[in-house]
Parts: sequence; C-alpha cells; structure tokens
Amino acid sequence: MANEVILLDFWPSMFGMRTRIALREKGVEFEYREEDLRNKSPLLLQMNPIHKKIPVLIHNGKPVNESVIQVQYIDEVWSHKNPILPSDPYQRAQARFWADFIDKKLYEAQRKVWATKGEEQEAGKKDFIEILKTLESELGDKPYFGGDDFGYVDIALIGFYTWFPAYEKFANFSTESEVPKLIAWVRKCLQRESVAKSLPDPEKVTEFVSELRKKFVPE
Amino acid sequence: MADEVILLDYWPSMFGMRTKMALAEKGVKYEYKETDPWVKTPLLIEMNPIHKKIPVLIHNGKPICESLIQLEYIDEVWSDAFPILPSDPYQKSQARFWAEFIDKKFYEPSWKVWATMGEELVAAKKELLDHFKTLETELGEKPYYGGEVFGYVDIALMGYYSWFKAMEKFGEFSIETEFPKLTTWTKRCLERESVVMALADSDRIIEYVYVMRKKFGAE
Repeated sequence: MANEVILLDFWPSMFGMRTRIALREKGVEFEYREEDLRNKSPLLLQMNPIHKKIPVLIHNGKPVNESVIQVQYIDEVWSHKNPILPSDPYQRAQARFWADFIDKKLYEAQRKVWATKGEEQEAGKKDFIEILKTLESELGDKPYFGGDDFGYVDIALIGFYTWFPAYEKFANFSTESEVPKLIAWVRKCLQRESVAKSLPDPEKVTEFVSELRKKFVPE
Repeated sequence: MADEVILLDYWPSMFGMRTKMALAEKGVKYEYKETDPWVKTPLLIEMNPIHKKIPVLIHNGKPICESLIQLEYIDEVWSDAFPILPSDPYQKSQARFWAEFIDKKFYEPSWKVWATMGEELVAAKKELLDHFKTLETELGEKPYYGGEVFGYVDIALMGYYSWFKAMEKFGEFSIETEFPKLTTWTKRCLERESVVMALADSDRIIEYVYVMRKKFGAE
C-alpha cells in the first residue's frame, strides 16, 4: 500500500516546522496543506478534535497530533535513514528532556516578548534570554545538541530562530550578542536542506508577528 | 556492574507515583528517598538543576527527570519484562498523546478545584468534569487505555488516583456516579500490586490538601 502523508500546518508555526524538517530528513513525500486558523478546515477539526490545533500529521488516513509526538512517530516509522533520536536510552531521555524544556519554558517566554509591553515585556525578555543562555550552555562545544549528529533537540529548537528578528525588533535586543554560540549552531543547521526548505523567511515572520502584536498590544 | 537505582520523590506527588508503578511493574529494586520539593537539598539541585523538582530517577548516578520521560526510560532499559508502551508506532503515538493530554489539560483544573475559590473554582470544576468525560470516552469499552494490556496511559492517569477523593470532595461531584466506566477501570488497575503499593492514602492526601489550601488562601 502506498504511503499517503498529509501535513495540516500554518506557515509561521515553529511546531509545524519541526514536523516538516523530520519528514524531509527521512525523505518522506508529503502533501502540505495550509490551514487558516481563523477558519479551521473540517479535516483539521475531525483529525484533532481534542485540541483543534496544527500541526496535524495524517498518515494513511490516521492522525498523529503534537509536534514532538509526530517527530518521534516519523523516526520510528521511517527508521531506515537519518535517525532523529539517539539509540541509547539515557541519551534519548536527555533529548526528550530538552525538547520538553523548550516546550515548557521557551514557548511561554517568547510569547511575552512579542505579545506584551512595558514591565511584562521586560520580564519576559529577561526570562527569554536566560532560557536561550541555558540552551547555549547545554549545547556547549558540541556541533549539535545530541553531539556529532543533527537530531531531536536541534529539530525542536531551530524553528524558533525564524521568530528571532521579531523578538529583537519588539523587545530591542540582539540574540547574536547574547548567545553567539547558539547563533553559530543556527547557521550550521540552516545548511541542511531539510531545514532550509522547511523554514519560512524570518522577514515574513516578522511582518506576520507585527500584525499579530497589534491584537495584543494596541498602539 | 550491579544496577543502582534511586528515586527522589515526595509522598503526595502524582508524578512520583507513576514512576514507582513503572519500576514495580518491571521488578526493579530501588532506593526511595523522601525529598520535600520546597526544601532544595544539594542532591535535588545537583540532579535536577533546571527544574529542581521531583521525581528524579537516578540510575547508576545519572539523573532522568520528568515522570513521562522516566516511564519511557524504564521501559527501554528494562525491556525484557512487562512492556509499558505498545510496540506499534501508531499505538505509541496515541499513548503519548493521551499522557500529554493528562498533563497539559487535566492537571491544572485537578488542583485548581481544591486550591481556588469563587469564579476560578467554578471554571475549574467545569473543566475538570469535561476532561474526565473526555478520558472516559477515550477509554470506552476497553479494559485499559491501550486495549487488553495495562500500560503507559493507565499509569499516567492512575498516578492521580490518590487525589481523586480530594477532587470529588472540593469539586462536589462523584466519579462513580458521573463516570462509571472510569470507576470500573480504576478498580481493575487497583488489582495490580504495582499500583496499590505506589499510591498514597486518599485521606492522607485530603489532610495534605487542607494544609495547602491554607497556603493558597482558600481556607
């Protein structure tokens, strides 16, 4: 039976970017479908009735929801090339920990950076930079988070990079000054075809965030 | 080399209870160290510097943090007995989805129902009942969440069982009346020694909740 893979996604979503990268790492042919989040498709609502969110991966008609769960699923189904998670259980636990850290801490903090102003934004910016520094420290001198090979944590984090110019613009700081090693890692990741093809132009993301910010922070 | 397994945990923690169940299912001998998460001991800070929370599983000196990550680790290391996760990638993704749902959605109203007052309490009650309903619907007629065999999602949810009585008391509802299928499922799970040994006494949890309510100002 031929593999039918559909991805319901929204172009600036750093979560959707993860699934796009994972599929491309494995050389999986898939159909990308852009969702209008203000007007969600019946298919989205049918395939993710609990959360009604993107990305949704539909493999031979069956949905897999949540980006980290999708990345693991892709790794397990298309296990023949480019392993995403390490094989050692302890290394796997560490990879899962850092992806969980990114979802629990980085996402909330970055939201405050573009969606608030004044004291709340300052506090958010401080938190955000501290979290980036923690990640930079975890990376250390390794080429990738998992060591020599591009993998799970790199995939979990890299999409946020497309939002960096937006954060810098609205909260007035430079990620390159704060976390130069992390930016070097970003550049290395961008050399991978799977990443370059899966990430939108950061300028377009900044335009998008500017519009979105107006809803949260009336000028 | 003999395996040295230590669990830093706190007796009322629903998260620690999951890890205890998994270790018992696998027949793993471990040393339990009661750790008050509000007292940041040097060992806790050393083993979980990022979150400084329990439970922490320490295997031959190396820490694994976050209960769901611990379940996967335990399943992968002690893979010769009682599989916790299904082997099929799609079933695995579904199991991970529901455990994630429990922690992302169910968790918050599960404590707000005893820690808040007024409008916040009303909202928490409604949300909690909605999520219980969703969980009962997902269980359906199956003996366990994964089907015929006790596993990951059962452990993830039974971790909360000791707190059900407190939720019922302060949320003013009866799980047996509202959710008969879930009730049957809890009774089935309570036939397992691994589950019974891991759980705290429900009345002791209610006493603990009274102390916590004073801290939150809900008394």
